[in-house]
Amino acid sequence: MGLVLLCVIWLITFASTYFFIAKTWWFPHGASASTAALDHQFAVTFILMGVIFVAAQLALGYFVWRYRDHSSAARADYSHGHLGLELVWTTLTAILFIGLNLMGSPIWAAERFRPAVDGATRVEVTAMQFAWYFRYPGPDGKFGIAKPELEDPSAGGEAALGLDPADPASKDDVVTGIMEVPVGREVEVILRAHDVIHSFFVPAMRFKQDAVPGLAIHMHFTPTETGDFEIACAELCGLGHYKMHGMLKVVSQDEFDKWLAAREAEKQ
Amino acid sequence: MVAQESHQHSAPQGFIRKWVFSLDHKVIGLQYYFLALTAVFVGMFLSLLMRIHLIWPTAVLPLLGEIKPETYLSLVTMHGTIMVFFVLTTAPQGGFGNYFLPIQIGAPDMAFPVLNMLSFWTTFVAYVVMLAAFFVVGGAPLHGWTGYAPLSALQSAGPGQGLGADLWIISIAIFCIASLMGALNFITTTLDMRARGMSLMRMPLTCWSWFITAILGLLAFGVLLSAGILLLMDRNIGTSFFLPLGTINGQLTGHKGGSPLLWQHLFWFFGHPEVYIAILPGMGVASQVLSTFSRKPIFGYKAMVYAMLSIGLLGFMVWGHHMFMSGMSPYTAFAFSIMTMAIGVPSAIKTFNWLGTLHKARIRFQSPMLFAIGFVSLFVSGGLSGPFLAQPALDIPLHDTAFVPGHFHLIMGVAAIFGIFAATYYWFPKMFGRMMNEKLARIHFFLTLIGTYSVFMPMHYLGLAGQPRRYSQLTELAYLHPLMGLNTFMTYAAIITVAAQLIFLFNLFWSMFKGPKASDNPWEATTLEWTTATPPPHDNFGGRTPVVNNGPYEYSVPGAPRDYVMQSDPATVTAH
Amino acid sequence: MASFTPTIPAPRPTTSRGEHGNLPPVVGGGDGGRPDPGSPDYGARLRRARLGLAVALTPIGMLFVAFTSAYIVRQGLPTFDPSTNTVVHDWIPVRLPTLLFLVNTCVLLLSSVTIEYARRQLARQVALEPVQSIPGVSLGAERKFPWLELTIILGLCFLAGQWLAWSDLAARGFYVATGPSSSFVYLLTGAHAVHLLGGILALLAAGVSVALNRPLASRRIVVDVTAWYWHFMALLWIYILALLEFAR
Repeated sequence: MGLVLLCVIWLITFASTYFFIAKTWWFPHGASASTAALDHQFAVTFILMGVIFVAAQLALGYFVWRYRDHSSAARADYSHGHLGLELVWTTLTAILFIGLNLMGSPIWAAERFRPAVDGATRVEVTAMQFAWYFRYPGPDGKFGIAKPELEDPSAGGEAALGLDPADPASKDDVVTGIMEVPVGREVEVILRAHDVIHSFFVPAMRFKQDAVPGLAIHMHFTPTETGDFEIACAELCGLGHYKMHGMLKVVSQDEFDKWLAAREAEKQ
Repeated sequence: MVAQESHQHSAPQGFIRKWVFSLDHKVIGLQYYFLALTAVFVGMFLSLLMRIHLIWPTAVLPLLGEIKPETYLSLVTMHGTIMVFFVLTTAPQGGFGNYFLPIQIGAPDMAFPVLNMLSFWTTFVAYVVMLAAFFVVGGAPLHGWTGYAPLSALQSAGPGQGLGADLWIISIAIFCIASLMGALNFITTTLDMRARGMSLMRMPLTCWSWFITAILGLLAFGVLLSAGILLLMDRNIGTSFFLPLGTINGQLTGHKGGSPLLWQHLFWFFGHPEVYIAILPGMGVASQVLSTFSRKPIFGYKAMVYAMLSIGLLGFMVWGHHMFMSGMSPYTAFAFSIMTMAIGVPSAIKTFNWLGTLHKARIRFQSPMLFAIGFVSLFVSGGLSGPFLAQPALDIPLHDTAFVPGHFHLIMGVAAIFGIFAATYYWFPKMFGRMMNEKLARIHFFLTLIGTYSVFMPMHYLGLAGQPRRYSQLTELAYLHPLMGLNTFMTYAAIITVAAQLIFLFNLFWSMFKGPKASDNPWEATTLEWTTATPPPHDNFGGRTPVVNNGPYEYSVPGAPRDYVMQSDPATVTAH
Repeated sequence: MASFTPTIPAPRPTTSRGEHGNLPPVVGGGDGGRPDPGSPDYGARLRRARLGLAVALTPIGMLFVAFTSAYIVRQGLPTFDPSTNTVVHDWIPVRLPTLLFLVNTCVLLLSSVTIEYARRQLARQVALEPVQSIPGVSLGAERKFPWLELTIILGLCFLAGQWLAWSDLAARGFYVATGPSSSFVYLLTGAHAVHLLGGILALLAAGVSVALNRPLASRRIVVDVTAWYWHFMALLWIYILALLEFAR
């Protein structure tokens, strides 16, 4: 039985580890400025936890085989523990875990402790059951007033957001169903939600943030490659949660300017 | 509630007093256990429906028909709620704790037997109310076991969010009260009713785990109750604790000024200690069983106690790690992440000590030991995905993906369950006077170990690939399509694993009636429950009071006549 | 095989807190020498009941801690107002029926005094019970003042007073859902009233147990525990009132 246990535990360990190392299923390709640091921190954590995982499982399997009871086995060791060992491994574990956390904290700080830079592309992202809307401030650079009582989701676009036609600032706001941004420039997203909590998740950008009703949350990320990247809703929001997806199109600055200009022209 | 002193009432007569409204902690323990047993099969059935729907979304099932997205989400909600509350918070503590805490400390019953009886029946009422949610108009709620507002607070947020959601909250509120009654009993009993010589540091680690779990429950369930009351008020009488100004389907909700994050803070202040409530008794049982079947004292008893105490204490300081993406201040997030990494340390200590117990042991592989060994393996696997989620930066790609249920299922959904299995196989002889079948137990063990790893280890891969949680279908996002193969594998593994539990069920009931008769101490264990008759008499020790002279894990004591010294034997020369 | 050590031949099993060392066998009363009115473990039962109460008060405290933190958070909560694109605070404290609350406070504090007298009265009765049968011994000139009944009446007066306070708020247009401030006033005072009602029911049960000829010791334990619970409720009320009046 000891041998069987060893084999089963070791096999499970090797199989699991294989798929992790082979990256059979892995993060999608990252296309943002934060990708390198984040993926690196992940790799460090991954290797350390992986080593501990393999060591612990192998030791467990080995011990249950090596110290199985059989007739010629020595009597079990009457030991209540070893204080020195306890202190050593407690200290090492504490240093490892806390150290790992401190190592990764600059990434968090860079993402979240500072506001977006001036000149970032500003997009207001509004979530509602079950769609994403994106609003650009238009030539006046200001987001106009949106009133909850004016919302009409069935009409789409400006009406879904409840833009107030009486407000001059909202007349030039561009509302789209696809989020288009220029590559290489920081994007400031202002996350809002109308009804319940949603979450704006773009795996390729290593970006996620909940959109909470009653709050306007300012976040930023910087896309570094062009392409189309799927947006998933990452907070249970109702029966349509699974199909509340959007698309982030990262294009060149020129293309973005042309596209935005065309959209703004439509508003005249 | 003090009117009845346990050892003053003689054994009850009559079916109702003996088996229905019994005041005997042993009967009450069995009542909790069997309630949890029905709940776990309900919960497993719900999860099978979920897994089947994920890979065959358009399938039409017999009797149930097609599973709509809202139905899927109500399966998710009820699976989580039933498993967390009515299985993991019920079987280890209410079941085994009730049965064995008094016996292991040498007491004739719990401190307040009437309260004990009431706490079980209150739990039962909560269970019935929860199940009723399936059958009302609109069906069961779809807001997940975490019940985030505003989704849970708005009646119009989806099907099931009407009466079903109200029943869910009411059931949980009733459960809170039942748990608090139970916690009261456990704490008072442990502090006031230990036999002579049973100092706190001579208690078996199972007793420590039940004691600390009860303290966690005492402090946490009041907060959940408060959150539930506020949520009921928001839903039904128009207050705005959790509801901001907003619209749903274009209609103003009529609320304003409230904070969805307030719900999350209150819920998780309860919710994080709750997961330690779910795992600590399993740790206690693992220590107990590992020591018994290694014929060795537990490695580092004092460290084990302090580790459990630290886990309990730190468990109240980490709740924000569920909220890194919530819109909470990033500085607060950083503080919570440090505390969360810190709580990994006592867990690691316990793991090292379990390995230390196995080192230079003489291991016997009867069924309880298999599950205790499995517990250690699963705890390592599930625990090590924690440090990923504990770092807020890494939580960004991983939060609300399948990585998270991979993590908590390995720990709660498997390791804690293995703790329950280990306890069942270990204490079955004492409770029922018969042995369970070892062959069936081994088949059950290996199928379950391999099966659960096959279901939940791949969830981590899915999470890395970005598969979000709580999606009723994986058909809409292009990047999820390549993951269908792995999901299919997991579903088949889940079906096999659930089927394997029928072997356990059969073994359990068959052995109760037809198993070979058990001696008083078939495992040659040292703790007090093994000194008394099998099954124990009404007052646990047959009119005698045990006196404790030894520590709980005196195995292989040099110079002793046998390789175990029971706690009530004359004192060993090398006192613990 | 199970093995037994020679155990203490106690007439009933006694339990202790598991002290170390070799204590002399304990037979009969295990309550540190206090007089033993009939049941040898009466003192132990009382201590256990008090311990149970101390434990039970913890989650009640946590409930109000949670309500308090929700209160504080809600007061300071900024919320996004889309019609002005700004962040606003919308907390407007409601004017409280302070005089009425103060009168109620006095009633509650008075009831704390009466229940304390009731508690001590019953303790004395229980202590003297064994010697009551000796001819010539009596409780002296002490009349059986109905402290318990008075407490129940005062408790009910408090609840009636709270009802008047809520009516006052309602008359001025402040209902539970009118605004966040009024929500919390009703929530905190209502939750307290529910718990106090529980205490009143316990006292009624103690009163009924007289009619049912329950043992005096059991009744004493019920009243003792309820009295401590009652004092906690009084302190809790003062805390709630202070929170509502000063943390606006």
